[in-house]
Amino acid sequence: MVRVDGSGTSSLIKVRGLDKKYYRGGEEIHVLQELNLDVDAGDFVAFMGPSGSGKTTLLNLLGGLDVPSAGSISVAGDEITSMSRSSLTEWRARHVGFIFQMYNLIPVLTAFQNVELPLLLTRLSKSQRRQHVETALNVVGLGDRMHHYPRQLSGGQEQRVTIARAIVSDPTFLLCDEPTGDLDRKSADEIMHLILTLVKQYKKTVLMVTHDPVVAQRADVTLHLEKGVLVEGSLERVMSGGAQ
Amino acid sequence: MKYADLLLANLFRKKLRLTLTIGSFAVALMLFGFLAVVREAFAGGVAIAGADRLVVINRTSIIQPLPLSYMDKISRIQGVKGVTHANWFGGVYQDERNFFAQFAIEPTSWKEMYPEFKIPDEQWNNFLKDRQGAIAGAATAKRFGWKVGDRIPIKGTFLPGVWEFNLDGIYQGTRAADDETQFWFQWDLFEEKVPERYKGNVGWYTVRVTNPDFSAQVAKAIDAEFANSPYETRTDTEKAFAAGWVKQFGNIEFLILTIGAVVFFTLLLVTGNTMATSVRERTGELAVLKAVGYSDTFVLMLVLIESLVIAGVGGVIGLLLAKGFTLLGDPTHGMLPFFFLPAKAMVVGLIAAMLVGIASGIVPAVGAMRLRVVNALRRV
Repeated sequence: MVRVDGSGTSSLIKVRGLDKKYYRGGEEIHVLQELNLDVDAGDFVAFMGPSGSGKTTLLNLLGGLDVPSAGSISVAGDEITSMSRSSLTEWRARHVGFIFQMYNLIPVLTAFQNVELPLLLTRLSKSQRRQHVETALNVVGLGDRMHHYPRQLSGGQEQRVTIARAIVSDPTFLLCDEPTGDLDRKSADEIMHLILTLVKQYKKTVLMVTHDPVVAQRADVTLHLEKGVLVEGSLERVMSGGAQ
Repeated sequence: MKYADLLLANLFRKKLRLTLTIGSFAVALMLFGFLAVVREAFAGGVAIAGADRLVVINRTSIIQPLPLSYMDKISRIQGVKGVTHANWFGGVYQDERNFFAQFAIEPTSWKEMYPEFKIPDEQWNNFLKDRQGAIAGAATAKRFGWKVGDRIPIKGTFLPGVWEFNLDGIYQGTRAADDETQFWFQWDLFEEKVPERYKGNVGWYTVRVTNPDFSAQVAKAIDAEFANSPYETRTDTEKAFAAGWVKQFGNIEFLILTIGAVVFFTLLLVTGNTMATSVRERTGELAVLKAVGYSDTFVLMLVLIESLVIAGVGGVIGLLLAKGFTLLGDPTHGMLPFFFLPAKAMVVGLIAAMLVGIASGIVPAVGAMRLRVVNALRRV
């Protein structure tokens, strides 16, 4: 269950009083203000909001890519805001799967090699890594494309490889930043179907940023970010400005 | 090496750029190899000079003679094991450009003094019996296409006439840096044919000491023996003598170091720029690596190792090309006493290449290490 009032007690992801400020040209920009959030395991949460509202900043903070100005984030009991940079890097490898809008695949590596990247950091043997990678690529429907380079794949297929890379190490949760933002509607639908499969069939916890109401609609819960404040509400209420 | 695929894929990302960068290293290291060959040709004799040998020359200058009578006196000085003498002839073969050193030697003591030069016994015995006989170094014989039995005319410069010699033998050095360009003939013939004013004199003495640890004391004793005589001596170790000889050609070491430094500095700029461009192009990818859990140190090492591999491969290619070139033969046809690239110089070259690799990779590597994922992904 997703809450934004800070009342959760045993949530997988627990955010309390999260604050993020930037300084640009001497001016303070308060991106996130006193934000609370609780996400349980298996939840699929969509974050919406206008550009500059702090959606990606929130995702970066949850993924340990950025540090907050104040507040705390704990994931499965790990308080990540107090971790050192190197500890945070190790934590990300174990707990977070990233899916980016621009795919961010390494163009000189094959689909197989791209997906294998997170596993190189583990102690798995070569054959075990191969097995994991093949499983992940089969899950995303690219078992027959594993030796193709990104340039030999369509946008939708590239995003599938990104998803395979995100799930191959079986992370605690997935962070998706506009996963369909660079795709046509058909490919976007396929990607959303895949993400839903991960949530429903593989019980993955997914937090997704999107501008697309149709995409957001597929999530269990849509949270709206505006002026650094997070509000819960159905898509209709969010779209109509009636969120509380 | 589970990261090999990643490393190789990054290296071969831009094949033309990789080829050109490796080529830069190869050319620079080949040039370094050639410089090392020239340096060795000038300074190698210093390095291999006999630790137990002294050279005695006239205190005024090496072109001033010393009396032959000094030979016995020197041999009686405590600590002296053997003495030989020689004279500089300074002739030319066919053309004045055909320079090589010709010495009038006393054969028996000379052979004992320089065991590093090997001559077949039969050839040496023929030389001993032949008053007009001569022995040539292998490099000089090769340079002029001489073979044993040839008649060699040498035109005197400060001594008149054309001197005809029978080539009785060809010597070879036992070490790579041994001088194989010399030409020896009988001192008796020299003494017989020189004008009266030159008779009874030698150019220099070479002395073998019983214990190299006391070389300085023996040298001092020799010079003391002939102090205040019309022919005062100056005695140095063979190493110091060889070093002084090299200095006559100018500061070769400085010249070579300067050229080498300029080459490596230019290489540093070229490679540094290449590595910086390569890293800049991959900002997003490096950020992704960090996002999925690769540490800052890993990213630093990834860039540095790339740089080192380029430097290492280019360096090895360049040095092997230089070595191969020296193995094809001496293009100066014996103008240099020896023409080879020593293994030590190759190791130094490779180390220098690796240092340039580190220096050129370190700035972009540190930049990659400090890269903030959030900022980098925003730029993509």
